Amino acid sequence: MKRSSITSPSHSRRRLATRVLGITAGVMATALMATGCSGAGGSSSNTIKVAYEKFGNFTQLDDHLKAVKKTFEKANPGITIKLEPIAAQNDDYYTKLALMERAPATAPDVIYEDTFKVKADAAAGYLLPLDSYTKKWADWSKFYDNAKEAGVGIDGKTYGIPMGTDTRALWYNKDLFAKAGLPVPWQPKTWDDVLAAAKTVKSKLPGVVPLNVYSGKPQGEGSTMQGFEMLLYGTPKGTLYDASSKKWVSGSKNFTDSLGFIKDVYQGNLGPTPEQALDTNAATVVTGDWLPKSKLAIDLDGSWVSGSWLSTGSNPWPQWSKVMGVAAMPTQDGQAPGVNSMSGGWTLAVGSKTKNPQKAFDFIAQALNKKGSQSYDIAASQIAVRSDVATDPAYVNSNPTSKFFSSLVKDTHFRPATTDYSQISNQITVAMESVMTGQQSPKEAAAAYDTALAGIVGAKSITKK
Amino acid sequence: MSTLAPTPVGKNDDSAGTRRAGSGDGSSRGSRPGSGRARRLRTVGRTLPLVPSMVLLALFLLGPIISSFYGSFTNSSLTGATAQSSQFIGFSNYTKLFADPDFPKSVVLTLVFLFTSAVIGQNLVGLGLALLMRSAHKTVRAIVGTFVVAAWVLPEIVAAFAAYAFFNQTGTLNTMLAWFGIHGANWLYTFPLLSVILANIWRGTAFSMLVYAAAVQEVPPEITESAEVDGAGGFKRLIYITLPVIRRSISTNLMLTTLQTLSVFTLIFVMTGGGPGTNSSTLPILAYQEAFKFSQLGFGTAIATIMLLVGAIFSIVYIRALKPEVD
Repeated sequence: MKRSSITSPSHSRRRLATRVLGITAGVMATALMATGCSGAGGSSSNTIKVAYEKFGNFTQLDDHLKAVKKTFEKANPGITIKLEPIAAQNDDYYTKLALMERAPATAPDVIYEDTFKVKADAAAGYLLPLDSYTKKWADWSKFYDNAKEAGVGIDGKTYGIPMGTDTRALWYNKDLFAKAGLPVPWQPKTWDDVLAAAKTVKSKLPGVVPLNVYSGKPQGEGSTMQGFEMLLYGTPKGTLYDASSKKWVSGSKNFTDSLGFIKDVYQGNLGPTPEQALDTNAATVVTGDWLPKSKLAIDLDGSWVSGSWLSTGSNPWPQWSKVMGVAAMPTQDGQAPGVNSMSGGWTLAVGSKTKNPQKAFDFIAQALNKKGSQSYDIAASQIAVRSDVATDPAYVNSNPTSKFFSSLVKDTHFRPATTDYSQISNQITVAMESVMTGQQSPKEAAAAYDTALAGIVGAKSITKK
Repeated sequence: MSTLAPTPVGKNDDSAGTRRAGSGDGSSRGSRPGSGRARRLRTVGRTLPLVPSMVLLALFLLGPIISSFYGSFTNSSLTGATAQSSQFIGFSNYTKLFADPDFPKSVVLTLVFLFTSAVIGQNLVGLGLALLMRSAHKTVRAIVGTFVVAAWVLPEIVAAFAAYAFFNQTGTLNTMLAWFGIHGANWLYTFPLLSVILANIWRGTAFSMLVYAAAVQEVPPEITESAEVDGAGGFKRLIYITLPVIRRSISTNLMLTTLQTLSVFTLIFVMTGGGPGTNSSTLPILAYQEAFKFSQLGFGTAIATIMLLVGAIFSIVYIRALKPEVD
């Protein structure tokens, strides 16, 4: 770094040199930051690349696809199935997928695609329309129509084949409830009932986390759906998006109230500490550690949670059905219909850059035929979307909670089906995080959300309620 | 991720410096008498060997910058319709950015992080260590040097996890404090910026120390001795002799540490993820969040472009402020 002594005949030259050094260094620093890393290896038409998520306790899909690969390769000699599990939490998984899909060399042929991303990714040109393939697929008539709807793009074409759906509710630990003197079975009627039970747990059982509601940026869409929307859609006429006028709701009291609940939980010390909740691995810790070890009393979570506790799961817990109870999430003040739930689900889709779309679709068709759908729905605790699976006694009796979670379907809500929803979901996690950490009041955070919302969809697409 | 190694910068500097100096000669022809043709030939002769490195520089440095600059004027995104057909939207990203309350907060956090961890922390501690080690015993010097440099040679991700383990609520720091009966704070959550500042000082000091150790050795002993004879104490010798002599190294080092620190990403991302909330979201973290977590590539690129400008401004300020005088 040392250049030379101070006494120099051509200092101006050096000054220039130093300036160039400065500019070069600045340029380099930024350029190094700007350049990413690129993956290698394109796929030939004989290789079907399958990209999917494998993270934390979620290993059931990995098991399922490995089994399908074996039978598919046997039935289709010459075709190689290349499984590419992506070990990342949801948000990072979406990012990784998008980056892979941008380049033909890395684009996967078969994609494990969240229903709420289907519309945005179809609009981005990442997915292949499947209508010509489903037309010739006899099994397609077995899928429920509302489930098919989840895989449709804004152009009306089908882009994803649904694997299963889900609902959300409160999981509670009966042992802890008994110790705290709370009634079992438990069915709260209002939000206040939920908070009251959490307060009782807090005072009677120190060291136990009373109530978990996912919140904040690190949980991504999980915070929005399992946390925020389970509240908002339980407020009187609460919604993010008015489907009839096709406008986004801004400045609503429902929004502030829902953030108020988050504040009560986190600032009222009824939840995990904010730093526990803001850990990327929070969901893994909740289902893998806190619930089985009776460290958490109430968990607002998905119907799939028990999947990791089955003997086929990553975290077998034989006593789970005795210890864990389930209760529907009540509406804010108990107003009709009294309970609230949200439904999502995942699909398998074909990448638009695939060189062998027929085989890619055949792989999906085999993964989601009656046998495939059924074994996956049982292993991953999914609510079946095929009529033949839903009525099969082997599926119905496989999980003691499946009847309860299926019963929530009649009061369930779906996320706004628009291409910009995923961006708006991000802004909700921002609002949640600033409330849970006490950086903003619910009102301030809601106002910040309204501003961000207007920036995303434009003032014309907003309605004040 | 990216690490700014000192060697390639030096190399680039040399080539670029000579190239610029060459053209400088050509343009100042009017003021300097000389045989034009021979000079021009010489200039061409000197420039020719530099062409390959110029091409490489343009390809790998100028290319991304132009692309980043252009990207910041588009609504490109990772998903949605704008992923396949992004449009030129003028200054929209910038007006949106300046209206975003997260942005000024992020700029302030970046500047605080920059001044405390690089300008003050790394440089002062590095200079202090270099001066102390000059007069220290050989073994002490070896031991201290090894410890300091160890933090620097660790890969960034490893250093980041080490710092995370140190500051974690149940980490090394709080365990050690507990020996003395002190209940330590939850550093990463309560003092996120302080934690990443301390971690960056720990990690970056070695670089400054090495630069200053080399520079201090260049201070001519006869000047120091004569000052001592004139009755100058240690502090006066530092102010009037050592610092002026090594000012060139100071400017270079300040600039390099500033630019390095401006682009620190892994350390903060691993330790706090920019949180809680946005309490440690410096510009690189904010750019990452907007581009890759929130899928708005164009918007994220606008933040990266602002960082580029901030870096350029700092470089110019340093070069102007510490301009060597004519002796």
